[in-house]
Amino acid sequence: MNKVNINRKQDILFVGVGGQGTILASDIVSEVALALGYDIKKSDTLGMAQRGGSVTSHVRIGPIVYAPLVSKHEADIIMAFEKLEAARWVNYLSPNGTVIINNYALPPLSISLGMAKYPDDQSILDSYFRLTRKVFMVDGIQEAVKLGDVRILNVFMLGILSIVLPYKYDEKLWKNCISSHVPPKVIDINIRAFERGREVGNSVYI
Amino acid sequence: MEKIRRLLSGNESIAIAAYHAGVGVASAYPGTPSTEILETLATFKDIYAEWSTNEKVAMEVGLGASYAGVRSIVSMKHVGLNVAADAFLAAATTGINGGLVVISADDPGIHSSQGEQDNRHFARLARVPMLDPSDSQDAYNFIFIAFEISEKYDTPVLFRITTRIAHSKSVVEMDVDPARYINKKRFFHDIGKYVMLPSNARIRVPHMHNRITDLSKLAETTPANQVIYRDKRLGIITSGVSYQYARETFKNASFLKLGMVFPLPPKLLTEFASRVERLFVVEELDPFLEENVKILGLKVEGKQYLPRTGELNKSILNVAAFKAGIETEISKIDDVQIIKDLPGRPPLLCPGCPHAGVFFVLSTLGQRAKILDSNGRSKVESKLIITGDIGCYTLAAYPPLRAMDTTACMGASIGQAIGLEKAGTTSKIVAVIGDSTFLHSGITGIVDAVYNDSKITVIILDNGTTAMTGHQDHPGSGVTAQGKPTKAVRIENLVKGIGVDDIKVVNAFDIKSIRSAVKSSLDNNELSVIVIKGKCAVINKERKNKRYVDTARCNKCGVCLMIGCPAIQKKDDEIIIDQLSCMGDACAVCEQVCPRRAIAPLTGVTDR
Repeated sequence: MNKVNINRKQDILFVGVGGQGTILASDIVSEVALALGYDIKKSDTLGMAQRGGSVTSHVRIGPIVYAPLVSKHEADIIMAFEKLEAARWVNYLSPNGTVIINNYALPPLSISLGMAKYPDDQSILDSYFRLTRKVFMVDGIQEAVKLGDVRILNVFMLGILSIVLPYKYDEKLWKNCISSHVPPKVIDINIRAFERGREVGNSVYI
Repeated sequence: MEKIRRLLSGNESIAIAAYHAGVGVASAYPGTPSTEILETLATFKDIYAEWSTNEKVAMEVGLGASYAGVRSIVSMKHVGLNVAADAFLAAATTGINGGLVVISADDPGIHSSQGEQDNRHFARLARVPMLDPSDSQDAYNFIFIAFEISEKYDTPVLFRITTRIAHSKSVVEMDVDPARYINKKRFFHDIGKYVMLPSNARIRVPHMHNRITDLSKLAETTPANQVIYRDKRLGIITSGVSYQYARETFKNASFLKLGMVFPLPPKLLTEFASRVERLFVVEELDPFLEENVKILGLKVEGKQYLPRTGELNKSILNVAAFKAGIETEISKIDDVQIIKDLPGRPPLLCPGCPHAGVFFVLSTLGQRAKILDSNGRSKVESKLIITGDIGCYTLAAYPPLRAMDTTACMGASIGQAIGLEKAGTTSKIVAVIGDSTFLHSGITGIVDAVYNDSKITVIILDNGTTAMTGHQDHPGSGVTAQGKPTKAVRIENLVKGIGVDDIKVVNAFDIKSIRSAVKSSLDNNELSVIVIKGKCAVINKERKNKRYVDTARCNKCGVCLMIGCPAIQKKDDEIIIDQLSCMGDACAVCEQVCPRRAIAPLTGVTDR
């Protein structure tokens, strides 16, 4: 990877469902960017309840950042922790942007009640392929379960993000930022999740 | 002094700045998006921070501390200021001693509120100065300015933020370890200033007008207001988060960024207007700045192109610019087709929520599932009218429960129920209110019901916390904002003391007992209170013996789905219970409602 282009802005959108750790993931990447000397604006949008609703986290990194929200058609990267949420935010991706989709469906209650239908994988992927060929689906939940805890999905996804971001990779910095954001008991497993994310990222991301 | 850069939310910045500015007393009632201000202040052990019973009490505590000479900060959400308005206007009238800063966190776009209102109007109403930061750095800097203004001009200062300031994180540069400013004031007896008898108030009120005249002079020079001249064909007057959207959309325009939005600086505005060809105001919600600029006789455009509701963003500004004939770098990208009819994902009561059982009972007893058609209009006469209140439990209005008919403001459920009854409504009437909301402003409703011989049933959902705003303690929880054990107000004792005779206390996860308690209260023709006790599922870490559906017994009747538990799902025509989210023994509501006894504990399946 080449030296960091400090003038290049990065707009990242994290989308998922309450309880998936999307906000923590966005906090960690923001701290990494802060340490790299960037200006940052980070905004979370979560509805009124603690769990179960859609959650979106806007992270904007650059030399100077004004607006706290990623604008439509301007996200460089979308990190989707859930497939339906991926489908919902497609028009926020910039042409030729990158989307990482966790291959996981959490059907909302309206589907169980027979009031709606969950979209199929192909239509979700197709909607993104109209904008970019950088569309990647990963089995985050399976990877997390293999490592021993579904709750580390978010840090696994961060591992992939560290590959996609154009910044020079600073291993110590990333791992320090992760360690300071998770409870001491689970630092090790989170570091392993991050490393596994980097492996998967390296194997899928061209 | 050595500086550090920190990534902070607006709320954190306000709290840290207040601490650095020497605040000694902080008070608040939790309310999104303001809650984290007091939460952060409570972590400083050398100051006093409290969750007050409600915003009015918080304002009075802050005012009392100010009279004692101590700098104090009172924080609340926009509608909280409605509750506190009486005390706020009183503070504006008496003035202060130690600096007093009042934070109003507005919620444009209604992310988590019952309504939208522009609290900038409160500054004009109360004749107090108001600051409006545009990011966390402004929030940090402006707090120092606010306390200085407060003490110099003998006035509370209204500090208005919005959701995007409160909850967005941005970089704040500050001194590494600044010395805290501590004023040397103390309480002094001044009946003429502090006792608002009409004779004294008549002397104070002109002072309120005079200070606004004085402050408008300060507004001309305060560092909170900034002018940036660039391309003079377009001049933009703006403040708060609107500045950030405007700055990014109109990259070359000239800006008058107002940090102090009341009173306005007439000379600065007039000069700025004279130097630019076209003058616009970019602001969210009401045309507050626009109208005040127009009063000065300046020609300005704004709300004819911008919405009066919701938040602004770059896309909205681009559309407005196009309509106004201003060139911007409008994105020429067409939307790709989003998959048709994507299901929404509204927030839900959590798996294991202690509110689910009682609402299931109300929903089934009142035959609520049938009352609405797909357009949301009533199809059949309801058996039960349920007045609701503000908290997580408001979510019970959604399908499948549909167990709420009204939600207006904090504490309204009880008064509304009395009104419905006294109006002669023939249906049974139940008011449902949470513990924190009840203590905030439901008590006077019960007093009214006792006094006026009301026959309603009041259900108080006692989960021991203020859940929706993120589990803050309250007078019934037995712990203070700063984590000290304290006396807990017991709701059933309180209600008994007011004079309610029929009081039942029921376990939130015991469906049979809830059903018989509700039935008996509805049948007996007197005022009745049911306190439903159960720990909030987010706090309760118990996850023993998760439930599963025995597919051999299950006939897919769907009764369990009517609880609205997110863990119970229909997949490929089978009803299943998601093992990741099921709470097991701590809840077991689904097991109790299944008519086929097809739901059972999966012994030994436990996590956490």
